[in-house]
Amino acid sequence: MTVLEFSQQNGYTIISCAETAVDREISGVYICDLLSMAMVGVKDGNLWITVHTNINIIAVASLTNASCIVIPEDIPVESQTVKKAEEKGIILVQSPHTSYEISVRYYVQSGGDPS
Amino acid sequence: MNSLFRKEYEIPANDFSVAGEASSSVRKLLNQLGVDPPIVKRTSIAMYEAEINAVIHGNGGKALVQFFEDKVTILISDEGPGIEDIELAMQEGYSTAPDRIREMGFGAGMGLSNIKKNADEFVLESEPGKGTRVHITMYLL
Repeated sequence: MTVLEFSQQNGYTIISCAETAVDREISGVYICDLLSMAMVGVKDGNLWITVHTNINIIAVASLTNASCIVIPEDIPVESQTVKKAEEKGIILVQSPHTSYEISVRYYVQSGGDPS
Repeated sequence: MNSLFRKEYEIPANDFSVAGEASSSVRKLLNQLGVDPPIVKRTSIAMYEAEINAVIHGNGGKALVQFFEDKVTILISDEGPGIEDIELAMQEGYSTAPDRIREMGFGAGMGLSNIKKNADEFVLESEPGKGTRVHITMYLL
């Protein structure tokens, strides 16, 4: 499932690099707000959910090759973070749902592959 | 043995808008060189942690990265306040990061242990008042 498909199916807003979302495959989900843990835990292609919206999440997503960052519960994202995401080719997605709801939706909609 | 090539990076103090740029650049180079993805991942983790430490604790610093046929050596040095008790600093969960840093998702006290776990070789040199030097070696083969 691509970032675009997942975002569209759930009415999420893509706020950076939307043009690349059509090709970006999601492989699994990682949820964490400690950046050192995310550095280790986010695997290639993972959808990473974090409540942080500061600029550092872009470096972490870039270094871990996350497919996208999803910000839950409609938390507003700083404009410098969006700008950096555009620069670095990172897709940022905003969701009204909780981290739990987002990951369950991905699990169900991607066919229930827990990997 | 002489390195094939070397890269130097400035790491500005407390400037998060460019924090991680040196690590991102090295990651890109390793990918271009066709290095095994798990090794690239471990290198990225170790170098990013050292780079962020220089940004947060070291008043900024420098990264010197040397690429050899069989390894990459990374030296992150700063002229910050240095580490008083290295053994304590190495303990997972121990951190001196202030609240404003913790609020960004750092300061969990995992940085140095992440370097230790992911680097093939890791040497930390530091003295109060004399800055900190982090040596990381990654074997590519």
